[in-house]
Amino acid sequence: MKFGVVVFPGSNCDYDTFHVLQNVMGQETVFLWHKEPDLKNVDCVVLPGGFSYGDYLRSGAIARFSPIMAEVKKFAQAGGLVLGICNGFQILLEAGLLPGAMLRNKNLKFLCQPVYIRIENNKTAFSNAGKKGQVLKIPIAHFDGNYYAPPDLLAELEKNNQIVFRYCDAEGQLTEEANVNGSLHSIAGLMNREGNVLGMMPHPERAAEKILGSEDGKVIFQSMINYLEKKAGTRKKKKVVTTRPAISPLPPLIGTC
Amino acid sequence: MKVRILVSLKPSVLDPQGQTVRNALHTLGYKSVKDVRQGKVFEVELEDVDRSEAEKIIPEIADKVLANPIIEKFTWEIIES
Repeated sequence: MKFGVVVFPGSNCDYDTFHVLQNVMGQETVFLWHKEPDLKNVDCVVLPGGFSYGDYLRSGAIARFSPIMAEVKKFAQAGGLVLGICNGFQILLEAGLLPGAMLRNKNLKFLCQPVYIRIENNKTAFSNAGKKGQVLKIPIAHFDGNYYAPPDLLAELEKNNQIVFRYCDAEGQLTEEANVNGSLHSIAGLMNREGNVLGMMPHPERAAEKILGSEDGKVIFQSMINYLEKKAGTRKKKKVVTTRPAISPLPPLIGTC
Repeated sequence: MKVRILVSLKPSVLDPQGQTVRNALHTLGYKSVKDVRQGKVFEVELEDVDRSEAEKIIPEIADKVLANPIIEKFTWEIIES
């Protein structure tokens, strides 16, 4: 499957995401420059983490006006698979591709630490390689990850099973301490109603190799590969890959800001 | 024409920054401070527009870009005509 990683000025997890998709998951991967309205025929668009446009105005608020975002919107509306990680999640919210908004973390601190998240719904394009209730250890790194939605919207998200991941403790219990940033309903990751767009604050690309302390992030990428392969009718669902392919060099960064 | 736009969190949205400022003021002895809400100020200069056009443009700008209507509200005033 072909993955595209969007590069905005200020993205800083673009290479990590590219590396994991290409070298760990063994998928064809390309960078997509924010100024070029061309998705290069990818099967999936990933909006990586970082601080696009310096987080000016609000996190993700300026990136949504990038030429590529109009294409990402069209792609998503046509059913294309879109994953937003951290700043990518914030951009999807600002662009209206996902409902709700982000507030500053409840303790007003930039949080950079491993957290546990629980799979709430494993019947999705982003979690089918995991089990319902499975606890994943994946790091976060953000200032604005305190998810907010008005009560009626929250009720709708719950009703439609759109909440895919919640912050929990190591045993999978939802506690106030485990909900480090103060998100309503402990939301760590949610998808749109159609199920083809997911945003998550934890960084699965930082937890996809043993040497980095956790391989749990692979569940998300493998789920997406499973979904795309099933959609294309090429292969049957398979489990998370554990062997690591040889590393091929990453391409140089494209364009200038 | 110069316009000042004030963007702040809706009353229903928790403002931890405002609360922290309030607590700091309490520490300094300003016990009469009941609540603080923090926001942003934008001063926008407009060219070749009259008042009625400004009244149309400003709420659009605020709603589309300056504020996130899910969590924020805005007010505005003309400070220089």
